[in-house]
Amino acid sequence: MNQRSLVVITAGLSQPSSTRLLADQLFAAAVAAATRHDVAFDVTVIELRDLAHHIADHLLTGFPRGELREALAAVAAADAVIAVTPVFTASYSGLFKSFFDVVDRDALTDKPVLIAATAGTARHSLVLEHALRPMFAYLRAVVVPTAVFAASDDWGAGSGENTLRARITRAAGELAREVSRREPVAVADPFALTASFEDLLKG
Amino acid sequence: MQFGIFSVSDITTDPTTGRTPTEHERIKNVVTIAKHAEEVGLDVFALGEHHNEPFFSSSPTTTLGYLAAQTDKLLLSTATTLITTNDPVKIAEDYAMLQHLSDGRVDLMLGRGNTGPVYPWFGKDIRAGIPLAVENYALLHRLWREHVVDWQGKFRTPLQSFTSTPRPLDGVPPFVWHGSIRSPEIAEQAAYYGDGFFANHIFWPASHTQRMVALYRERFAHYGHGAPDQAVVGLGGQVFIRRNSQDAVEEFRPYFDNAPVYGHGPSLEDFSRETPLTVGSPQQVIDRTLGFRDYVGDYQRQLFLVDHAGLPLKTVLEQLDILGEEVVPVLRKEFAALKPAHVPEAPTHASLVAAALEKDEVKA
Repeated sequence: MNQRSLVVITAGLSQPSSTRLLADQLFAAAVAAATRHDVAFDVTVIELRDLAHHIADHLLTGFPRGELREALAAVAAADAVIAVTPVFTASYSGLFKSFFDVVDRDALTDKPVLIAATAGTARHSLVLEHALRPMFAYLRAVVVPTAVFAASDDWGAGSGENTLRARITRAAGELAREVSRREPVAVADPFALTASFEDLLKG
Repeated sequence: MQFGIFSVSDITTDPTTGRTPTEHERIKNVVTIAKHAEEVGLDVFALGEHHNEPFFSSSPTTTLGYLAAQTDKLLLSTATTLITTNDPVKIAEDYAMLQHLSDGRVDLMLGRGNTGPVYPWFGKDIRAGIPLAVENYALLHRLWREHVVDWQGKFRTPLQSFTSTPRPLDGVPPFVWHGSIRSPEIAEQAAYYGDGFFANHIFWPASHTQRMVALYRERFAHYGHGAPDQAVVGLGGQVFIRRNSQDAVEEFRPYFDNAPVYGHGPSLEDFSRETPLTVGSPQQVIDRTLGFRDYVGDYQRQLFLVDHAGLPLKTVLEQLDILGEEVVPVLRKEFAALKPAHVPEAPTHASLVAAALEKDEVKA
């Protein structure tokens, strides 16, 4: 088995949260799908609620402290990311966006990402396509084709071809396949020199 | 080891009174602060350069020239001189002039400046910050060392048969520190020339300073200027001191909570943990400052920020008294006892002149 890291970012605010519930189902399905590709996921779940003050502080001071520093390092080092947000006012939550505002702009480049969202009704489902997918495209992430939306109704629906369960399985399979195609992620040292000074002098 | 203060020249409302000093008042206060730094026995006063409100210090050499006339021993420096948006020819001229007037009591710290809008005001682009710093300094370095310079680069008009006047005092250019928070290219630049490296070391985690200084020391040795521990390192630091630590915290908290840069963000306690900020008793400041050595090694210059965030003049002068009476004498003694003999002191005009003479004698 090849060890890979999977970071799950969940922006749910209530406890218990349906966003966290969806995140849990997604990563469990991803772990199961990965084993079929001979990949063992080491899973880290990041609850943005716990980092809310740290994120605001980072926006103000320009550097992350404590647990946020660890969370950002985990995202940068991750081989895959699952990102789940509740829908707030027709888009991702502000906390979710603020977290990605402080993620290093190169941290997600070529990284497989599964996007998912929760809301009260299915009328919000295109938030995944008009808000999350473009944001991750900007970050040059590789967003898997299936994005998973869960409305209140979905949690009560049974099993079948078009149910939430089926979408989770499909998306998790796509994520696992993308990870299996890639080399493990290596994080560049931000303090490493990339050019000799003679080269810099030449301009 | 040299000890001193550096000012960013912010004009900030005192949050405890709601009063904002006028520009005139703040400028005069900074002069009083610098002169008092000399009176209490500090070695260095360094002044920032900014071209936007709420800062006043657009013209540091004017202020430093005025101070040179009113002080005897104080070493005058900058924090920082913008090597990106200033014309290197003008820097060469201005600081050589200041060097003469101050009888060599001047060095300067170069920085890129991080305020985006300032660049276009001077016809530059912040995205070219590193190439500007590299090219401009390469020219500045030559202007102070070669009598007649022919030069062509990307960012300014070419020079043909140009001589920067006045020539540096005694033929020895002012010592230069390169300042950066986390751009490895600038640590590399300082190492390449065998110049000093100054880590801002305020408002940012100490881990940045540790990495940058380690890189600078390693590259300083790589370029053949000496052993890594012979490289010349300066650090910033931010302190607020009262005899009782709880009094310091209570008095400083409103200034901290409303300060430019970090105000309305993390708590004083969190920020003190994450950055080198120390608010407390003289002993706490002594212990924390001595601890800087644990992650940067023996270093040559320590500057403290004591006059920002709207602190009134009286308070700042009291801070200087405490630094001069209770903190710096202990730090001098402790650092000196720890420093091995082969680690140099920070260069001064006298030491640079002596080194130049020695070099000439070896040649002869």
